[in-house]
Amino acid sequence: MTNVRSNWGPTLAPLMVVAGLVVLVVSAARSSSIPARPTMPAAVTSDISSIVAQVDQLFADQWREAKIEPALPADELALFRRLSLVLHGTAPSLEEIRRFETDYGSDRIARWTAEMLADRRFANYFTRRFSRFLVGAEEGQVLVFRRDRFWAWMSDQLHANRPYDEIVRAMISERGLWTDKPEVNFVAAVVNEGVVDHNKLAGRTARAFLGQRIDCAECHNHPFANWKQSQFEGLAACYGELNISPVGVEDNQVDKTVAPYRLQDRVTLNDRDVVPAVPYHEEWMPSEGTTRARLAAWVTHPANRRFDRAIVNRVWGLMFGKPWIQPVDDLPDPGDEHPVPTDLLDVLGADFRVHGCDLKRLITVIAASRPFRLSSQHPSFETGENVELIEQVWGAFPISRLRPEQVIGAMLQASSIKTLDHNSHWTMRAIRFFKELDFVKEYGDLGDEELTERAGTIPQALLRMNSEFAAEWSKSTIFSAAGRIAGMAPNDESCLDNCFLICLTRHPTAEERATLIPQLEGTKGDDRAYVVEDLFWTLFNSPEFCWGH
Amino acid sequence: MSDQPSRRHFLRLMASACGLSFAVPGLDLRAADQRGDERAKSFLTIWLGGGPSQLETWDPHPGTRIGGDVTAIPTTIPGVEIANLYPQVAEQLHHVSLIRSLVSKEGDHERASYMLHTGYRPEPTLVHPSIGSIAIHERPSDGVEIPQFVALGAAEFPPRGGFLGDRFDAYRVFNPGETGQNIKPLVSQERQGRRMANLELISKSFERGRGAKAEQTLHQHTVDAALRMMTSEQLKAFSIESEPAELRAAYGDSPFGRGCLVARRLLEVGVRSIEVSLSGFDSHANNHEVQAARSRTLDPALATLLKDLVERDLLQSTIVLVTGEFGRTPTINPLGGRDHWPSGFSCLVGGGGLRKGGLIGATDPHGDETRPVDPIEVADLYATILGRLGVDYEKEVITPIGRPMKLCSGRPIERLIAGT
Repeated sequence: MTNVRSNWGPTLAPLMVVAGLVVLVVSAARSSSIPARPTMPAAVTSDISSIVAQVDQLFADQWREAKIEPALPADELALFRRLSLVLHGTAPSLEEIRRFETDYGSDRIARWTAEMLADRRFANYFTRRFSRFLVGAEEGQVLVFRRDRFWAWMSDQLHANRPYDEIVRAMISERGLWTDKPEVNFVAAVVNEGVVDHNKLAGRTARAFLGQRIDCAECHNHPFANWKQSQFEGLAACYGELNISPVGVEDNQVDKTVAPYRLQDRVTLNDRDVVPAVPYHEEWMPSEGTTRARLAAWVTHPANRRFDRAIVNRVWGLMFGKPWIQPVDDLPDPGDEHPVPTDLLDVLGADFRVHGCDLKRLITVIAASRPFRLSSQHPSFETGENVELIEQVWGAFPISRLRPEQVIGAMLQASSIKTLDHNSHWTMRAIRFFKELDFVKEYGDLGDEELTERAGTIPQALLRMNSEFAAEWSKSTIFSAAGRIAGMAPNDESCLDNCFLICLTRHPTAEERATLIPQLEGTKGDDRAYVVEDLFWTLFNSPEFCWGH
Repeated sequence: MSDQPSRRHFLRLMASACGLSFAVPGLDLRAADQRGDERAKSFLTIWLGGGPSQLETWDPHPGTRIGGDVTAIPTTIPGVEIANLYPQVAEQLHHVSLIRSLVSKEGDHERASYMLHTGYRPEPTLVHPSIGSIAIHERPSDGVEIPQFVALGAAEFPPRGGFLGDRFDAYRVFNPGETGQNIKPLVSQERQGRRMANLELISKSFERGRGAKAEQTLHQHTVDAALRMMTSEQLKAFSIESEPAELRAAYGDSPFGRGCLVARRLLEVGVRSIEVSLSGFDSHANNHEVQAARSRTLDPALATLLKDLVERDLLQSTIVLVTGEFGRTPTINPLGGRDHWPSGFSCLVGGGGLRKGGLIGATDPHGDETRPVDPIEVADLYATILGRLGVDYEKEVITPIGRPMKLCSGRPIERLIAGT
């Protein structure tokens, strides 16, 4: 048998490769360069006009007080690109742009926002963003932590728009195996050498769900905020029953009379027991259930405004490239009163809570708000006057460095005319997955600190300019966008137009046309392909491609 | 100091006679020519990834229950023996000091790598900068057009700039000996020219209405700096073709050996921080074979590097640290392996005016005591190194979250400083 196999293998392999190539070439050749889908996004049914008006009024007041004129509304194509980068982590495909441009119905931005949120790409991309603050960016212990399973689970929750408070309760309190109950990876992520890091879990709970950095209180009372070391210890003790075993995450409740959490005192070096406790409003904590379940109920309690404010600030940060309050997880004490909400986080937080902790609604509201729809251009940025003030009052859409995932996502999408989504061939999806990992590694992973403002680096510039990534995705082949545009665009104008749309989601300016069209004129074959490749390269390396705007 | 000019002159003469060049052409030839103590100090880490066994490297206990299969050989430090797997290093050991009692509390690869790169334990609220990043942040090199912090080799956990910013991350060269990756334009000069001209045009469009904000992105600045680097003569430091075949052979024909040779060339240009990594020390099974295999790469490269630096009078201006993230357990497990051991592991450190030939600490030859004699905290080691680099290690910087943080929390180890 062995001999037969070894004889057939070499004979068949080349034939199969050739046959595969023929199939691919034929299918590529049969598909038109710019396929169209007939349907347009349906009308939006949910009513968000009241909350959007409330948010807009907040900003109108703010701009009036600051005596500034906000930027003009962004061009709708620019808005379309902004939404795609924010919600899908990639620029829109030429296929999508063509659909968008031929959508003449009213409220098209609102309808396209809804369609993007319903697309699986939203759930997948936001899962990656959420997992940064939920399970960290570090690799963790592979035997007790399965990031892939966590990603798949979180994506399902976001896609189904499960109420966010339910998602959080599941992560904090669920029991079981990290593969079977992927939500337990939230706690499994902090296991180090088989030992649960209670402090890390307490710190992460406070930062991720309450927008409070109380980690400093691990060793001493917080120097700025009103956090005591005892409060941190009490929170850590809420995870004291947690046990990691071969059957997964469990809660030990054998002897209720013994405090489940014991630590070494940093001063006396003696062991002492710590009783599970929450740092404020203990009456929100139910008396029944495992300590983790009680903690979960307290964290997500309807009166716990910190919970709502934290996720609003986080989502705002993901959509604008910078959070409303920086750092994203260190919000000022909101106080205990329930005033008529006047602060943005409270306004949006109250709406979020009233509507069942609906993440997609929160995103929809932000996407419909006036600040999100402003242009990133402003006359003050030209004159250099009041630049900081404009920024402070969100008088123009902020310019922020795109995440590496967004850069490679946009490059990959630009390599294809068709939309790369869950309908794409599995090989394409696999390529995207692995290329993204490689690119992020080389571009410099921002870890948990992804919402801090940063400038670009020289290695990143080199990576965009000279790496295989840039070369591969701008290369002109019979399958690539560059190749198909070079070979099939009816004229130079159309060729240039398609290059700009696919890379920058805009049409070239008159000045750009005047300079670039002559480069295409009279070219054919390889020469034309090179001009288009060079254009793709240029557009990939432009600040417009690399920065959110 | 009085002998410096004549020694430098002699070394240059010798170099030209041998067809060598001390200074890879660069902007600041004068600085590149400086030798000895007058030259600004650099920091070179030889990173042994995975956790090298102290028992099979610098702290053998042959003939004991924990000793494994190595024997001990004498070194050029009187009375100090190391594992027989390192005969070449044994000949050069007097140039550095040996610490056998490093301690940390991190036994996980990622966390311990963080600890040994930064001097701090990982914590969720901020990322500390690596020592190499602090060095270039506090003591930037003049006239260096190539990155001032270079990591050679495919380390799993490379050093990062942390809260100082990713501009201070190490520039990574995955395949040392070849010019750093992504350095060469992928197209002809003519096409590259067209690309750059078009880029200027498209960038101008973006700046319209965004002037001040576009400027703040530093996009153009990084592109310009990248272009300067792409055409810099100093890039030759990444290539080793011009080095004599015998020298290349002495370093060893391996990515790590080439990395060490490139490191020396980068030091000559004035690169401030360098890490050369050799991974594969994680010997949970078949410890002896794994460690012995690594030694065949490490021994010639490290010994040649030390010798080369001394011969070129560069060791006086280069702090060399040889370490991994932790050591390995004294006990040998049923698979013949050793597991992670952060309590009493070894490192070599020297150069840059640090004491030569010193020995600090000792571990229990029977493996009963988990705490070594004279334990040395990682932070103290780094306070010593930063001090020698001319960095005010106690300086407090305000992190992006507004929290003041000392560059290093340790205190210098006086015994490691020459003349003390």
